[in-house]
Amino acid sequence: MSPLVEVEDLSVNFVTRESNVRAVNGVSFSMMPGEVMCMLGESGSGKSVTMRALMRLLPPKRSVITGKIRIAGQDVLAMDDGTLRRMRGSTVSMIFQEPMTAFDPVMRVGDQIAEVVALHRGVSHKAGRQRALDLFDLVRIPSAQRRLDAYPHELSGGLRQRAMIALALSCEPKLLLADEPTTALDATVQIQVLILLRRLQQELGMSVIFVTHDLGVAAEIADRVAVMYAGRVVETGTVRDVLRSPLHPYTAGLLASTVHDQPRDQDLKTIPGAPPDMRRLPPGCSFAPRCPRMIAECNAGSPPPVTPAPGRIVRCIRVEQPEFA
Amino acid sequence: MFGYVIRRLLAAIPIALGVSMVCFALVYLAPGDPIQTLLPPDADAETVERLKRLYGLDRPIVIQYAEWLYRVATGDFGRSIANGRPVIEEIQRSLGNTVLLAFLSVLVAFSIAFILGTIAGRKSGTWIDRAVTGVAVLGVSIPNYWLAIVLVIIFSVELMLLPSSGTAGDTFDPTSWEHIQYLILPVITLSMIPVGIIARTTRSAVSEVMNQEFVVTLRANGLPEWRVLKHAIKNALPPVLAVMGLQFGTLMGGSILVETVFAWPGSGYLLSKAILTRDVPVLQGTILVLAMIFVVTNLAVDLFQSTLDPRIRRG
Repeated sequence: MSPLVEVEDLSVNFVTRESNVRAVNGVSFSMMPGEVMCMLGESGSGKSVTMRALMRLLPPKRSVITGKIRIAGQDVLAMDDGTLRRMRGSTVSMIFQEPMTAFDPVMRVGDQIAEVVALHRGVSHKAGRQRALDLFDLVRIPSAQRRLDAYPHELSGGLRQRAMIALALSCEPKLLLADEPTTALDATVQIQVLILLRRLQQELGMSVIFVTHDLGVAAEIADRVAVMYAGRVVETGTVRDVLRSPLHPYTAGLLASTVHDQPRDQDLKTIPGAPPDMRRLPPGCSFAPRCPRMIAECNAGSPPPVTPAPGRIVRCIRVEQPEFA
Repeated sequence: MFGYVIRRLLAAIPIALGVSMVCFALVYLAPGDPIQTLLPPDADAETVERLKRLYGLDRPIVIQYAEWLYRVATGDFGRSIANGRPVIEEIQRSLGNTVLLAFLSVLVAFSIAFILGTIAGRKSGTWIDRAVTGVAVLGVSIPNYWLAIVLVIIFSVELMLLPSSGTAGDTFDPTSWEHIQYLILPVITLSMIPVGIIARTTRSAVSEVMNQEFVVTLRANGLPEWRVLKHAIKNALPPVLAVMGLQFGTLMGGSILVETVFAWPGSGYLLSKAILTRDVPVLQGTILVLAMIFVVTNLAVDLFQSTLDPRIRRG
């Protein structure tokens, strides 16, 4: 079986007259059909930008995308506008973080779904509405018929996100990009939406890239994890391996700073310092200034990817050192 | 929706009453005495008193207001002090002319400005955007009575293409060039300021909507740009409509100078005559009707906005 998604050396620069922000710097990964990958990382690490680059949703004049993106055998960066539009919403679709602002506020949600279905499937608006009704049942929206006629502001946050998922699934995508879909929701609703997404992924067999900064979410839903820092994937591996035995010092720091079963009176460990300025990245490893294991060589050049165990890739020169591996 | 319509209608009543009070009081606050303009300066006190009684000006102001309101509500605006004709007839004739002018001007302005503003908003920051903004600023800045005179010089005096002033008759015939030609220069003149204001409002509304998150969702779902723009326009329209309503109201009462330049027998012309002759009944009646048109226009805009944006119906 060939991979569904192949990303090679993807870089995204945001160019303005004053500065050049290197948001993504050489990201490579591939995904098999039906695989669920979590992109972990703090705000500004380039997760969302990578997702938007996959669909070429970044403002074309201000962003420069280089590298290779192949989805379902097609070169995304070489697509003409028509091919790109046919891919968006049908082969690949996206769920956004903030379901309140992701819908057109002056149009009924049922009509917004119907519009997309009618566009990609070439069916009537009425048939699109029927499909929207089925989708509302699929994502377990109660009183689906009535909710089709609701405006976005008339739905609760959880229902809006379910409607967003219904919209994203409307044309049975092969790849679903979920950009922090639970971040804006209440904790109890978060879990419901997560369970729903996992069930839908299993039923429909699509691939999902799930962007989050929440390790718990990653552990819950993903097969594989890619940890991003300063626009690079610093570590990948299966969820089990990465969360149990992180190899990159940043992943280790991220895990140590998360609430799990620590005693109450013990302070959480934090990673000292702040992420680098993406306009002026250090020449060596971007994490070196904050790294507890930093040595002089770390600043020499960007660390190449190494494979310390099958299926794991780490960008850290100290991984091979015996006392660390 | 029904509840919202009722709420808006009820809310318009106190506004209308307030407006009528201001209209009535305005005339009494203004300096000058209408009786004195009617009579020769050497008229004796008895004559003045008799005339005051005749017009009801000797009674308490509250009574005068209540009576005036009752008569106005039944369509009786009294008689003009200047020429003795019923005020309602004067208003009807001149108002029809002004409504025609104002409506056409706003329509022309909207058609031009909405297209310009939408293009500028979509391409905000480019030279097209700056060009449209430039046109808009120019439109707002040019004094329209000056433009009126310049247009008359070019098209009537020099080129002799269009008439410089007046109308072809009391009733407007939209199929006859004879009638239409008198409208062209006034409409161009009066649409300049609305073009500027509506273009700028449209530009900022469209550019704001295009930066909203849901536009990314629409694109992420493969909608072509013209469909994205359709969504954006529906979102951008309510504030533009509000501005358009205000512009219509302003043109209804504020085109005194332009109507004077073109000798257009409209309400502005009527008002300026009434002010010069201190013709109180005409002044009161005209201002009241204009203000009511303003209130009704705003009400209509509000209701239309709420059909476009369901969020307005709440609260």
